[in-house]
Amino acid sequence: MSPYESISFAQLALAAVLLAVALGLTVALRLGLARGIVVAAARMVVQLLLVGLVLGWVFATEHPLVILGLALLMAGLAGVAAVRRTVRRFPGIYWNALVSVLGASFLVTGFTVLGVLQIEPWYDPQYLIPLHGMLLGNALTGISLSLDRFMESCVRERDLIETRLALGATRWEAARPPVRDALRTGLIPIVNSMAVMGIVSLPGMMTGQILAGADPSDAVRYQILIMLMITVCVAFASHAVVLLAYTALFRRDHTFHPERLKTV
Amino acid sequence: MDALPLSLDHAGRRIDGRWLWRDVDAQIDEGTRWAVVGPSGSGKTVLLRALAGLDRLDEGTIRSGGRTLDELSLPAHRARVHYLMQRPALFPGTVADNVHAPLKLAVHRGRGYDANATTSALDALGRPVAFLDQPIDRLSGGEQQIVALLRAFQARPDVLLLDEPTASLDPAATEAVEALVARWLDENAGRAALWTSHNPAQIARVTDYTLDLADFAPRPEPA
Repeated sequence: MSPYESISFAQLALAAVLLAVALGLTVALRLGLARGIVVAAARMVVQLLLVGLVLGWVFATEHPLVILGLALLMAGLAGVAAVRRTVRRFPGIYWNALVSVLGASFLVTGFTVLGVLQIEPWYDPQYLIPLHGMLLGNALTGISLSLDRFMESCVRERDLIETRLALGATRWEAARPPVRDALRTGLIPIVNSMAVMGIVSLPGMMTGQILAGADPSDAVRYQILIMLMITVCVAFASHAVVLLAYTALFRRDHTFHPERLKTV
Repeated sequence: MDALPLSLDHAGRRIDGRWLWRDVDAQIDEGTRWAVVGPSGSGKTVLLRALAGLDRLDEGTIRSGGRTLDELSLPAHRARVHYLMQRPALFPGTVADNVHAPLKLAVHRGRGYDANATTSALDALGRPVAFLDQPIDRLSGGEQQIVALLRAFQARPDVLLLDEPTASLDPAATEAVEALVARWLDENAGRAALWTSHNPAQIARVTDYTLDLADFAPRPEPA
């Protein structure tokens, strides 16, 4: 790997000075945003420093169970975070999100590491952990958006859904419009970001690889791979969670149970 | 197969631990017109929804054509015993889109659109066929209820469950809805209708039999 410029805490402090200027601006204009920015920035710094420590330790152990455990923990946290972002709940919603995020991310990470990249050993954390993390971040967004939209549609379009049922629709026929809306909503961010990638935005991972000295054409190929895998993962996870939510709200006997949805 | 007779056997429904009604026995036969009455909150809507198989009973049995709802496929049952909401929910698009919508469902597969059912009904109401091209967001409340009925007719039900269908309509629109239902009943002696209404004059006009839910509300247990 080509050498790259290491970065020191003093250099980070210099970058933070510029943030102080931006903060001064919002304070001067009395926008009331300063507190939120400071808290968020502080969280980001602490979280990333901790992750740096954990990753350093995990990379050093080189034990497959430790790495697999970390991957599981990350997926679990992503599942919980995805549900936390929605405003409604039904019994079993956490399990549905966990199953979806675990199934989709492990399937796609596994395929990428074993099938596409053929990493030796397969658990090499340098590949597995960043890949898995990126998939999870996107799956989390896909799950929370599609789940939230599905539950919202079931409440808002309750009369239309019941009208379809009253006319003789099966549960699937009655639920198809909200299911379709939910999946479309879950896939919007990834579809949009692919559409402008390289033109409006330079993806973070690719930028990072180039900064770290990788050949740009290599970095581009990695980016294409990761975008394709993210899309697959988001699609799997959104489909899984919406279909699971569908079976929770539409029973096998074709009855609809919006009363199972509670606002939090 | 026929939906009638439609019967309730020791039917009961409980909401939040309280029985709305219990031990309801009734049989709706071909050619009958029923009123479901009772004070507000007595569970009239809940009863109609249970008959349509939209909600399950907490106790007792509903039979349609001699078979319990558990033995029947609910989509097929709901097409025969059709529940109409007080405020109809119309699908986006035009009147025609709504009237054709039932034919897209699997339960009605292989069955064509009955154009005559729609045009003869519009004719009876003195409305032009161009009404079908109207976008639904320009319809009055009465027109929306007419569209809901025209749409229901395409599902070829044997029983209509009418939940306060004219509660928010003016007298002319009320008359149109009543006329459409009366016409539909007259076409075939094997049909039946159940109405809920807060208007005693309407109940007297459109029904022959009464199911009073006040008779089935459990009294507080003696201490």
